[in-house]
Amino acid sequence: MSGGRPSPAALASVALLAALALLPLLIPPFWTANIFGRAFVYGIVAMSLTFLATYGGFVSLAQTMMGGVAGYVAAVLVPDSVPSLVGGVPYAAAIPVALLAATASGLLVGAVAVRTQGIYLLMITLALAVGFHLFAQANIAWFNGYEGIRNVVGPEVFGLPFRNTFVFYYAALGSAALLYALVLYVVRTPFGLVLQGIRDNPRRVSALGYDAALHRIAAFGLAGFIAGCGGLLVTFYNIGISPGSIGLGPTVNVLVMCVIGGLGHPIGAFVGALVFTLFDTFAADIYDRDRFNTLVGAVFLLIVLVSPDGVLGLAKRAVAPLRGRRRVGPAAGAAPNTGAPLAAEE
Amino acid sequence: MDLRIHRRALLLGATGAAATATAGLKAPAVAQNAPVRLGWLATLEGPFATGGQDGFRCMQMLLEQHNNQAGGRRIEVVRESSNAQADVALARARKLAEQDRVDMIIGPLSGAEGIALRDYSRTLAGKTIVNGSSGASDTTLRNASPNFFRFSTDGVQWMAGLGNHVRRTMNVEEVAVLAGDYAFPYAQVFGFSLEFCRAGGRATYLFSPLGTTDFSSIIARIPRSAGALVVVHGGTDGLAFMTQYAQAGGNLPLLGGSVMADQTMLSARGPHRRIMMGMVSAGPLADVHEEPSWKEFVARYRSRWLNEGGFQSPSIHGFNYYTAQQAVLMALEQVRGDLSGDQKAFQAALAGLRFKNVMGADLHLDHNRQAVSDIFLNRIEERDGRAQTVTFGRTPQVNQTLGVPEAQFLALGAPSRDNTGCVAAS
Repeated sequence: MSGGRPSPAALASVALLAALALLPLLIPPFWTANIFGRAFVYGIVAMSLTFLATYGGFVSLAQTMMGGVAGYVAAVLVPDSVPSLVGGVPYAAAIPVALLAATASGLLVGAVAVRTQGIYLLMITLALAVGFHLFAQANIAWFNGYEGIRNVVGPEVFGLPFRNTFVFYYAALGSAALLYALVLYVVRTPFGLVLQGIRDNPRRVSALGYDAALHRIAAFGLAGFIAGCGGLLVTFYNIGISPGSIGLGPTVNVLVMCVIGGLGHPIGAFVGALVFTLFDTFAADIYDRDRFNTLVGAVFLLIVLVSPDGVLGLAKRAVAPLRGRRRVGPAAGAAPNTGAPLAAEE
Repeated sequence: MDLRIHRRALLLGATGAAATATAGLKAPAVAQNAPVRLGWLATLEGPFATGGQDGFRCMQMLLEQHNNQAGGRRIEVVRESSNAQADVALARARKLAEQDRVDMIIGPLSGAEGIALRDYSRTLAGKTIVNGSSGASDTTLRNASPNFFRFSTDGVQWMAGLGNHVRRTMNVEEVAVLAGDYAFPYAQVFGFSLEFCRAGGRATYLFSPLGTTDFSSIIARIPRSAGALVVVHGGTDGLAFMTQYAQAGGNLPLLGGSVMADQTMLSARGPHRRIMMGMVSAGPLADVHEEPSWKEFVARYRSRWLNEGGFQSPSIHGFNYYTAQQAVLMALEQVRGDLSGDQKAFQAALAGLRFKNVMGADLHLDHNRQAVSDIFLNRIEERDGRAQTVTFGRTPQVNQTLGVPEAQFLALGAPSRDNTGCVAAS
């Protein structure tokens, strides 16, 4: 990406994207939409957390909430939703408004939590997430309470309904790829570098004259936008949204995805979401139906025990010996993704 | 990758073979030898886990009775579990239909899940969803889906008869209604108020959020003029309210929603038992009912499940799932196991069924494929040394709009905190 020859990482990304684009030809429709498609959309929400955690050092539990804001705003606005609260706003207008609302909610969470770190940040974002969940569950006028808003079918793309397996898959894949590229780009901009500076030593960044608080809030805003894209796609996938989709369970699931995949690089979010989706779908076939959550939990524990930096860490350790031999200098400087594991920061 | 290519080749081969078999031969013999694949979906996790387990128990008992066969075909069951959340139920149903390739799904258990699956069923051409035990009225009342069937009655229907009983038999003019602040209690309150206010009654409504533990402020707000209390709480909320009301020395006659007079409440110890004796409630079933088919059902349930974690008497969810699967088996018999032609014949058979459920109540479906059946008035009495609900009255053939013309009922709007259904007769 930095002029001249493309880096091996960029080549690998393009190859992976091409492989994923051809994937639906090889696998049954169920796998296309409900394993890979689902993993992409939840992966986007998870990536918004990975972005904050990896490059800013902020572990936030409010990402599902930001996605939920986008989902609810779209559900309230679009035509044919049940119940129709505002309705009649075409998707072309409703989607930008929803993303704007999600970005605003990200900025708000960032502003509220601007002076907190570590466990306190975790608690304040958790409180906001649970608060929003309970508010949505109790509010009838705008959120239709416990039952939520149904029949949010998504826009038509080239005359095809959004819930068509391939439309959904490619929309999810395209959004995931664009947002992934966006994150990789942003962390190389001056803004992204200051963010990483804040992660490593906020006081020094302030001494250099940067407004650390403003950068933090902006990072939460960007994370809100990313989570909002994911939340919208999740809402279309689920044909609607209800408080259950933004409750404590889904909130923790997003964190679990990030940890399984590995905080350290945005791709970890998608790896984690894929592993999570596979187990969530098939654990009941492998293990006793009454107790399959035990298996999901055991796999999570195993991954975290064996590799505290998730599947990514496992992969990195597996290829490290190969890489060591042919490493030749300057390329290493451009890659910001070797940041210290989160645990080492305190 | 290799594995996937194999998998795909295999699938292609299988679908190809199936296509030639159905298109070329059109021989029912071939189709009849393949098993019918039935997907069971209930909540084995989360707040309604015990209800979901009981649903599976009752359906298993029924299949055992039928030797796992219907219409000359073997029945194969694929079980899935959700946690009472709409999106989880949807993901599981998608897996059942698209990955496990079941022919039909029986489920889900709770309200929001039912609405999500109703929406999903529209996209499932050639498959059928038969509701398990979810009771939101909108699932079938508004935006009904052509391949979603419900053989159980909903939360509004379950209150039929109670309003008239309070106003006419007990001659109470004013009541206080205490209810949880979410969809199911709204529906129950709506069903009660519609009858009670039409008969000239007046009501004060006191809603409290799900999970309330301290009801003292609610108890203090019960008006002095109220002649009876209608309590539409369930689970721990109901227990907490009853205990505190008993300790506060409350002595108004009590009436309950359909999940109030429930074995989980009756088997708990505490002061609430004293005031709950004699409480009247309404619902589709009771512990004690003088009907041979019900006595036989309860006896069969107890001998099969009492030592394997079952309840003293089948739960409402067990009863609903059992009825749903009864309907499926009957319709399969009628079409002799023939599910070809996008299940059109099978679905027509389902829609046309008329039978008596195990409570001895006549049951048929309306134009929205929603059950019309009898609702019972129950009283809590001491039987066999424990508190049980006993039927003493019956409202025959209750439909989804409680006898109000459908257009008029729909015009009242969906039940909510601000729409309690309390409109005087015009």
